[in-house]
Amino acid sequence: MPGEILVSLLLLVGGGFTLLGSVGLARLPDFFTRMHGPTKATTLGVGAIVLASLAHVGAREDGAGLRELAITLFLFITAPVTAHLLSKAALAEARRRDAAQGAGAGAPPPGE
Amino acid sequence: MKTLRRLLPQPVMSLLIFGLWLILAEAPGRGQVLIALALAIGLPPATRAFWPDPPRLRAPGAGLRLLAVVLADIVVANIEVARRVAGPVARLRPAFLEVPLAIADPFVATILGSIVSLTPGTVSVEIDRGRGVLLVHALHVEDPAAAVARIKARYEAPLKEVFGC
Repeated sequence: MPGEILVSLLLLVGGGFTLLGSVGLARLPDFFTRMHGPTKATTLGVGAIVLASLAHVGAREDGAGLRELAITLFLFITAPVTAHLLSKAALAEARRRDAAQGAGAGAPPPGE
Repeated sequence: MKTLRRLLPQPVMSLLIFGLWLILAEAPGRGQVLIALALAIGLPPATRAFWPDPPRLRAPGAGLRLLAVVLADIVVANIEVARRVAGPVARLRPAFLEVPLAIADPFVATILGSIVSLTPGTVSVEIDRGRGVLLVHALHVEDPAAAVARIKARYEAPLKEVFGC
């Protein structure tokens, strides 16, 4: 019984953070700030859900649970790469637009 | 010993591939072990072009400590970002930060970029290797100089120690 409560709590925490990540995606004002919602809250969101799965499986079978760790590992390796490439593309786009407008107002990225 | 080196030029990666395959395999029987072995021996040479100069782990202990710091930061900062996202959006002060890199190795710089992206509130946007600068976007910054110094002290310095570069 206490195991089930732990699993439920972890699922709620995970679901909550994932939801907040999506809320951020909807509410934040521009592309770069929007990137923060899904890439961030999801690390902890998925982390908590994976922990819940670990606790759930660990309580039933024995020895299982390593697969959850592998999922976490893959996610933590790939998530920053996608975020990096998306924002890199957005930066290139913003710079091109700026150049076309003759360095008008808008995107402030330094380093040109 | 020498032939072993030639067979497994990157023993850590081979071990990782072997272990991960067995973990992912539904029922790790003898066949799966054979496939895992083949992948562990075959994949590192096949991907060598991506690793022109594989960095060596110099201080594994420091690596574990850094991992603990990063995991703790993910939890703490996630809560903060969640609060900011749910709170008044207009009060956010997003900013681009330029972090001057003290790390020349592209692989280690990539790890730093990934850590910056994983810890909430910051996303690494671009690694400018020409100028040696990591461009970071932060969701909310009060003091840009302090934020840059924090990234350097908290993640970059330990990384340099771990890989000895």
